[in-house]
Amino acid sequence: MSNDPAVEIRGLVKRYGPKTAVDGLDLTVRRGEVTAVLGPNGAGKTTTIETCEGYLRPDAGTVRVLGLDPVAEASALRPRIGVMLQSGGVYSGARAVEMLRHMSRLYADPLDVPALVERLGLEGCGRTPYRRLSGGQQQRLSLAMAVVGRPELVFLDEPTAGLDPQARRATWELVRELRADGVGVVLTTHHMDEAEQLADEVAIVDAGRVIAHGSPEQLCRGGAENTLRFTGRPALDVASLLKALPDGTQAAEVLPGVYRVTGDIDPQMLATVTSWCAQHGVLPDGLSVERHTLEDVFLELTGKELRA
Amino acid sequence: MSAGTFAPRPGAAPMSRMVLAQTALETRMLLRNGEQLLLTVVIPAMLLVLFSAVDIVSVPLDAARGEEAVDFLAPGVIALAVMSTAFTGQAIATGFDRRYGVLKRLGASPLPRWALMAAKTLCVLVTEVLQIALLTAIAFALGWSPQGGALPAVLLVLLGTAAFSGLGLLMAGTLKAEATLAAANLVFLLLLVGGGVIVPIEKFPGAVQSVLGLLPITALSEGLREVLRYGAPMPWGDAAVLAAWAALGLGAAARFFRWE
Repeated sequence: MSNDPAVEIRGLVKRYGPKTAVDGLDLTVRRGEVTAVLGPNGAGKTTTIETCEGYLRPDAGTVRVLGLDPVAEASALRPRIGVMLQSGGVYSGARAVEMLRHMSRLYADPLDVPALVERLGLEGCGRTPYRRLSGGQQQRLSLAMAVVGRPELVFLDEPTAGLDPQARRATWELVRELRADGVGVVLTTHHMDEAEQLADEVAIVDAGRVIAHGSPEQLCRGGAENTLRFTGRPALDVASLLKALPDGTQAAEVLPGVYRVTGDIDPQMLATVTSWCAQHGVLPDGLSVERHTLEDVFLELTGKELRA
Repeated sequence: MSAGTFAPRPGAAPMSRMVLAQTALETRMLLRNGEQLLLTVVIPAMLLVLFSAVDIVSVPLDAARGEEAVDFLAPGVIALAVMSTAFTGQAIATGFDRRYGVLKRLGASPLPRWALMAAKTLCVLVTEVLQIALLTAIAFALGWSPQGGALPAVLLVLLGTAAFSGLGLLMAGTLKAEATLAAANLVFLLLLVGGGVIVPIEKFPGAVQSVLGLLPITALSEGLREVLRYGAPMPWGDAAVLAAWAALGLGAAARFFRWE
């Protein structure tokens, strides 16, 4: 396997009439990793992914997938990637297993269809035509169709949209198995927990640009501050606590007897706070450290609710 | 499934296997669709039987040659069968494939677009063979005695298929699925009445006749009638009309077809 990236996007611009959907987007996806493209509706996630799949021609910028131009070198690229569309993609009268078997016949060395059907719980679809399958069954079929050809890289556009919690977890499990077997995954989502659970790398997209990227840990650590809270006697000498803490840390009594420390909370700082409490004869009640989530990071970066 | 199950082993299947699989699937989808079967099999068969048994549209027959109504009707109904599959059925099915994202999804598979179109064409031809076999059997049962050679008839059917496919794909690739459904059925009905299928073209006023004569359905039904009723050699005029429609329709479809 070569070392060049699975996906390399430089300065991608895509317009629909007067509307600019993607506005100078850069993204690099390493091989064999799970990358989550995270952002609110209308951020440009689907446009970006469909450009990688060769459906859309960039108005400006370059896109390379597995080193290939998705439009000009489509016939070389298509057998190597798996695609899950946001919706549809199946004949309305086709049965789930029939469609999956058909897709498998388009590839040289496909997965075993019965095993995949069982793995994704599609046995229950029987002779029901696609248009009458439940939303969850349709999603799982679409996911199966994306992986049946043993691709090197799969693009999943909102793979868990509309799934119940159990089905979401089953999909996450499959994504982890793909990664463990060396398949790269690029997925779009507007669920923070999904990105946190699955992704090696998260790219936060807003208004057609990547506004932050990194591992979930890096994103949660950088920029966003963590919070430590405890309850004690009212009117403790906060100034003396502040003197004991590193520069840039803030401490305040937010309500009588409720104290909040914000900053880069690490184990050393926690020890400083508890020993200060001991000196003042305070039992810090309800002591808690709140780590920032991707949700907070997103809110700080964009000032917007993600699920809006 | 155990560890390593998903280990990448990418590659496209051989082209022949892909086209064959796609043709088989398209044909299964068509045969499973009740409305399509009504259009492609039931209506032509019913028209053939009904108009042979009951003298609804009086057709001038050559009594000296022992002609029967079926000798006039069979070529027209074969033309109708070709139109119902290559134009109406294909337009509606492809319109809905496009609407449900099937064309888009297959566009990301190893199956090239030309191969998808080849499979659709093969599916149309397979269906036509089944239709014509059935209609011919019914016509023989009704006392049909065809004249002429099979080769010109087959050639006309192929040219007609190309002409109707082009127009059907043009409609499916440019209109919304619901609009295609409505328009394709309307066109089917109009051409059924005005295209020399069951109503002799001579029944229309002279000026109208010359316009109707340029329609692909008229060229196909009249051309087939020349061969199968009168035993004429290849009717080049009708063949030329069909070839022109094929060039026009397929050219426009290739230019304007939108995949999603």
